[in-house]
Amino acid sequence: MSELTTPTKGDPPLQKIVGQQADEADKRYFAAKGMRHQMNKVFPTHWSFLLGEIALYSFIILLLSGVYLTLFFDPSMEEVVYNGSYVGLQGMEMSRAFESTLEISFEVRGGLFIRQIHHWAALIFVAAMAVHLLRVFFTGAFRRPRELNWVLGALLLLMGMFEGFFGYSLPDDLLSGTGIRATLSGIVLSVPVMGTWTHWALFGGEFPGTEIIPRLYALHILIIPGIMLALIAVHLGLVWYQKHTQFPGVRRKETNVVGIRIMPVFALKGGAFFAVVTGVTVLMSGLFQINAVWQIGPYNTSQVSAGVWPDWYLAWADGILRIWPAWELYLGNYTIPPVFFAGAVGMPILFTILIAWPFIERKLSKDTAHHNLLQRPRDVPVRTGIGVMAIMFMVMLEISGFNDSIAYTFDISLNAMTWVGRIGILVVPPLSYYIAYRICLGLQRADRAVLEHGLETGIIKRLPHGEFIEVHQPLGPVDDHGHPLPLEYQGAPVPKKMNELGFAGTPVAGSWLTPDPVAETVALERARVGGHGNGAAAEVEAGNGHGATGTPNGEVTEAGEEVEAGTAPTER
Amino acid sequence: MSLALMVVGGLYALFAPEPQTAQAQDEPALVREGAKVYNNTCISCHGANLDGVEGRGPSLIGIGEAAVYFQTSTGRMPMVRQEAQAARKPAKLSPAEIDAVGAFVQSHGGGLESPKESGEALRGDNEARGGELFRLNCASCHNFTGKGGALSSGKYAPPLAQSSEKQIYAAMLSGPQNMPKFSDRQLSPEEKKDIVTYIKSVNDGNNNPGGLALGGWGPASEGLIGWVVGIGAIVGMTLWIGSRAGHE
Ligand code: HEC
Ligand code: HEC
Ligand code: HEM
Repeated sequence: MSELTTPTKGDPPLQKIVGQQADEADKRYFAAKGMRHQMNKVFPTHWSFLLGEIALYSFIILLLSGVYLTLFFDPSMEEVVYNGSYVGLQGMEMSRAFESTLEISFEVRGGLFIRQIHHWAALIFVAAMAVHLLRVFFTGAFRRPRELNWVLGALLLLMGMFEGFFGYSLPDDLLSGTGIRATLSGIVLSVPVMGTWTHWALFGGEFPGTEIIPRLYALHILIIPGIMLALIAVHLGLVWYQKHTQFPGVRRKETNVVGIRIMPVFALKGGAFFAVVTGVTVLMSGLFQINAVWQIGPYNTSQVSAGVWPDWYLAWADGILRIWPAWELYLGNYTIPPVFFAGAVGMPILFTILIAWPFIERKLSKDTAHHNLLQRPRDVPVRTGIGVMAIMFMVMLEISGFNDSIAYTFDISLNAMTWVGRIGILVVPPLSYYIAYRICLGLQRADRAVLEHGLETGIIKRLPHGEFIEVHQPLGPVDDHGHPLPLEYQGAPVPKKMNELGFAGTPVAGSWLTPDPVAETVALERARVGGHGNGAAAEVEAGNGHGATGTPNGEVTEAGEEVEAGTAPTER
Repeated sequence: MSLALMVVGGLYALFAPEPQTAQAQDEPALVREGAKVYNNTCISCHGANLDGVEGRGPSLIGIGEAAVYFQTSTGRMPMVRQEAQAARKPAKLSPAEIDAVGAFVQSHGGGLESPKESGEALRGDNEARGGELFRLNCASCHNFTGKGGALSSGKYAPPLAQSSEKQIYAAMLSGPQNMPKFSDRQLSPEEKKDIVTYIKSVNDGNNNPGGLALGGWGPASEGLIGWVVGIGAIVGMTLWIGSRAGHE
């Protein structure tokens, strides 16, 4: 097995043909240089950089499953009498939209499965965007020059929420119909002066009318996904163009990118990761029922059920409505109901703060510099505290959005839950800010302690005069007395355990059950040490727009010095 | 003893006269049995003459056998302690004792009686109409499929999955606590039976072709599962891929 890296056969015929074709194409379009440049791009490796990809992949799953649903879904509010195969609704009057959702669930081949994929993917999609946002926030990846990409991402998150809400409304069942009544119709109507007119325009008359589902359909399958697709393209284009941020570390500077090559390593990993996201979504859709509209029944304005909630990504908005006090305002002939403050004012305020965060932070911190290196959350305790505070704020709203189910499940009074929400939203976020802030400072001190005194070894020594001391392992040079010279903190993780310095050796290569053949391991190790391994797999370093310099056979040369010297940070 | 009671109860069920004309003197044995049960277990709260005890329990005069059947067969009565709402428990009284105390209370002022049939016989044949009536009359407290829900101040509408056909029927007739009464003029006996059919059709794991129903809590449980299982599994894999990347 030692011929691992030595080609033994000539190129297979197919490869020859493809190679020849590519060569001919290059002679005509001069594409190779640009392509090589693009494919040699480098993507830094950190698990948290894959979070955005989860969102991307679930969006693709949504597009594909959504297209299948459009083949059978009929967004019409025309009244029909159900005669399909679900006994529990036979003979009932319902809208054509609801009937066609039942058809998809019970008559269309694979229809229920695809419906469930579509809905689970929607929940995961928005959740993945939220998690991705948190990564970007806590590491300061949104700072100059990437403010625009933060804005695009925030817009995508907001549009994802509304896209999901509109999709949830399409089946015209009693659950979603109540949702439209309470939010879309209710909040619009609460706006003084304009409300009634806007409502009339939106619904084409009194609630519910016959227009709203077709209109939401146009938004849901064409307009919003179209805009999102365009924004995603620009969002990814900017990541490509401005290059990915990276955490500070060995060889990692403001002026380079250290990571793996886009082609083929990252693409291969991306493909595998797409399979993972699809696999989990599909598995969930096969195992867990979601939105069983046949049990919920068709929408009817005279009915309302207990336990009505939006999907999780808008439950926080319901939470505001549920805990806002019943304050009414009377201005002349106009009544301003509490819903107006909670819905029509509250939500836009939160949206604005989200979108404008990079500019708000810049105002507060006066940091206008260019940043390509990320920050560790502990090094920016104020921002980290604010982030934790925002999370707890949303969590309190989510809890309030589901407060009746919590009250019921845990045998708490619903009235008490309302007050838990009201007091909690004022008390919990500031408290969590303080706690997060203190934790950050503690972690900073722990890092500084290691850099100053070295690592704790766990070895206790007794000095001749009787004092006990713990032996520390210095991380750097020592002075004449053997005391470590204090090292400067560089923004990178500091080892905290001896094992991280390699004191426990490295694990044996192989699977969980069997070790790899020794010859293979030794050969790989030799290749790695020799620097002539499969360059594709090794981390490479790319400088300012030059891409990494690599030889065609996959060997990698680091571009460090030349790049560093030659280019100003702003050109990166 | 209880065997004898059951025989008597069975006979009573067979030969019982029309409910409205049922008078104490017509079935003295059963009523006398009932009086014994009542004096042993209920009197402390509902009073010697069934007229209630201030601060302990309401009057039972004219409350009817259906209410007694519902309250005792679901274990709510005899109540153990005062709380916001008597909860469902395993029944304390035997079926014969329930019949007896029911006849006893019925003999004081009459009232609605529970149906003579039980089980499948109380199911109607129009599940769809039952569903529609349920959404119209019951879902506002009990949720779409009878999963239950919170009411104000610690009260709640309980889940309906464990209720027997006859208990559901008796609940509609007697309207326990915060639940309204549904007389036969509001919901005809046929309509009540359809509602029973509907409740049974969407509980006990029925009609869940999509997989595990996750408690039937709609977006609440779906959101939780989406985060814990969905994002949990995928981010777990992400960490794993990330850790592999570190070794390369
Ligand atoms: C510890 C006190 C207590 C005992 C013992 C008790 N009850 Fe009750 N009962 C109450 C209270 C309080 C209520 C009203 C609140 C409720 O329904 O939970 C009530 C309500 C009822 C009702 C419903 C009245 C209505 O308006 O619908 C019936 C029927 C009833 N009890 C029957 C009985 C019977 C039969 C027994 C004996 C087997 C019994 N109770 C024992 C306290 C008691
Ligand atoms: C206003 C709210 C409300 C409505 C409407 C309502 N219920 Fe109830 N229901 C309750 C409450 C509260 C209880 C609990 C009573 C108790 O614990 O004594 C209850 C109890 C029950 C029970 C007993 C469950 C058990 O634990 O055994 C059944 C069955 C039932 N209801 C069926 C119905 C049906 C069928 C309808 C519609 C025809 C209906 N309810 C309408 C509030 C309601
Ligand atoms: C971009 C993100 C998208 C999200 C978050 C989303 C979300 C949803 C949700 C939650 C539902 C309700 C499903 C149910 O339980 O019945 C739904 C329904 C639907 N969606 Fe989407 N969707 C997206 C994109 C699309 C696209 C691109 C299409 C089509 C091209 C589409 C077509 C449909 C159709 C036809 C329905 C109704 C069918 C049914 O409910 O059975 N969706 N969507």
